[in-house]
Amino acid sequence: MFIFRLKRTIKLGAKSLWMHRLRSTLTALGIIFGVSSVIAMLAIGEGASRDAQEKIAQLGSRNIIIRTIKPPEDQVAGGQQQTLMEYGLTYDDAERFQNGIPDVQVIVPNRRISQQALYRNRRVSLEVVGTVPWFPNISPTRIRFGRFLSTTDMHYKQGVCVLDERVVKELFAFDDPIGQAVKVGGDYYRVVGITTEQSKTPTSPELETKDATGAKKAAGANVGAMYVPLTTVKDRFGEMSMQISSGSGGTLERVELQEIIVQVQDVDMVMGTRQSVQTLLSRFHKKNDYEIVVPLELMRQAKDFQRIFTIVLGSIAAISLLVGGIGIMNIMMATVSERTREIGIRRALGAKKKDIVIQFLSETLILTLSGGLLGMALGALIPFFVTHFGQMRTVITGSSLILAFGISGAVGIAFGLYPAYRAANMDPIESLRHE
Amino acid sequence: MIDFRQELDFDAEGPILAMEDLCKSYQLGATELRVLREINLAINSGEYVAIMGPSGSGKSTLLNMIGCLDRPTSGDYRLGGQSVSVLDDDDLSMIRGARIGFVFQSFNLIAQLNVVENIEIPMYYQGYSEHESAERAEELATMVGLGERLRHRPSELSGGQQQRVAIARALANDPLIILADEPTGNLDSSSGAEILMILDRLREEGKTLIVVTHDEHIATRAERVIRLFDGRIDKEEFNTR
Repeated sequence: MFIFRLKRTIKLGAKSLWMHRLRSTLTALGIIFGVSSVIAMLAIGEGASRDAQEKIAQLGSRNIIIRTIKPPEDQVAGGQQQTLMEYGLTYDDAERFQNGIPDVQVIVPNRRISQQALYRNRRVSLEVVGTVPWFPNISPTRIRFGRFLSTTDMHYKQGVCVLDERVVKELFAFDDPIGQAVKVGGDYYRVVGITTEQSKTPTSPELETKDATGAKKAAGANVGAMYVPLTTVKDRFGEMSMQISSGSGGTLERVELQEIIVQVQDVDMVMGTRQSVQTLLSRFHKKNDYEIVVPLELMRQAKDFQRIFTIVLGSIAAISLLVGGIGIMNIMMATVSERTREIGIRRALGAKKKDIVIQFLSETLILTLSGGLLGMALGALIPFFVTHFGQMRTVITGSSLILAFGISGAVGIAFGLYPAYRAANMDPIESLRHE
Repeated sequence: MIDFRQELDFDAEGPILAMEDLCKSYQLGATELRVLREINLAINSGEYVAIMGPSGSGKSTLLNMIGCLDRPTSGDYRLGGQSVSVLDDDDLSMIRGARIGFVFQSFNLIAQLNVVENIEIPMYYQGYSEHESAERAEELATMVGLGERLRHRPSELSGGQQQRVAIARALANDPLIILADEPTGNLDSSSGAEILMILDRLREEGKTLIVVTHDEHIATRAERVIRLFDGRIDKEEFNTR
């Protein structure tokens, strides 16, 4: 009985809306755009947030990354021109972490040098990463072919290297790289393995600079890495590097390590260990020549940011739906006064107030819910184009669809109730006389 | 809530409609406007009654009263043996739907609905099933001579045809009273005559008809003419045919 009535009520509502097609469509547009913008915005927000989360997760939630940074000039020389600058992390620091902080499980010291590699007549810019055999354990870098560096390589300071996929792509067109020799800075290195990264999506440039495999790169330059035993790098490149600074000619710099990555056993220990690292470093580094990056902290910040982002998007969406709702209410008020006569006839023929409320409310709901459905379709289409043309990741979650549809229903009820109530409370005698 | 449909076959002892000292007044600022004064009226089942009177005599108010669109200020109104002066809005709606069949001067069909759907309206509010009401609506439409135009919209019909739809609609719930307000007022004379013939036929079938009019020609077809003047029943005449 109730289902029968519902079906007929919907049919009747649809018929009345169909009478004023243009008006109904225009009214529904408000809801269509409101709902689609909610879904699209949430999809873009969700995509960006997942991107960030994944990037940070790649840095390792149990890792603490300590990086060498160039200290401000005045702290180094006190105004004097100095030709040799000595700063940054040292092998002693790595040893101190190992011995002084009990929670530390793995320590990876890295040297990073920008170089050019040569193979036959091909040349490519890359970053030589002097590292240790257990580097893959704490980074998303995985062996694709061959092997990673071994302790034997370390011990004998072997001239071997492991290449990043990106480097391989540029350096070796057709040859199998394994076993080939690559020339870097006057020395030859035999390729023993190829690595790949467990990254699922194209990386966004701003996060790229904080990637575990390549610290501070030139903006936009996405150079690959060449992994060489740390001992070999120390042996062949030394610890000095020439920096050409503008105006004052060349400065010699001496940096032992570019970064030390520390991994703790459990996520709970990260913040405590960060404190210990800080304390330990501050004792030996009088200059401000290091920074500590905690991916876990970044992850928390990203989550906070995501929450604010969601609130902002939610407010914008709420406002757009509010505007759509007001439009609907406006039209329904006009419809009610236009159909005063019909209301009078229905009341005379036995309609209760409740029946009139249901009739007009269901008309509003049909309008908003069909607007909601169309909005969902449009809202699913927008992120598709954003991903396709804007190279941005978007994620449409089921909950955002349900939310948007639910809101369109709620808007229908909230803004349809008053016009329906007005219709029901008209005096039947006066309504019948209404022209 | 009372299910009026169950009571439709009530025992027709006594009048179908009875008014006792019924008064209706409106408050206009400080003055009280007394529109109906001590109306005493009894109409039996199967009667054809015309209510006449000049403008301002209270015709419309009495019509609204009979049609349960309005409540009396004082006095009692019994329809089918039940006092309606004490009922609430929902019950009045039910009574209107179940016991009164309205026929209006300006037809009052709903523009977006076709002939059958218009006839279905009273049955819809009485809770008939879709199938049941559609079948009955088609039957009624055929009865008033619109069997060929079941799916037409009111705008596609002539005035006389629209009024016939309205009569079919008034008959839908098999009411106690057919209450017509100037049923020929908006029609040309030949369409008007057709409508009056249909009303005559309903009378012959035993329906109770109350027609409010100021057309003497219609009044002569009724068995009983009630003349209102200044809110009172001025005269009652009986026609013999």
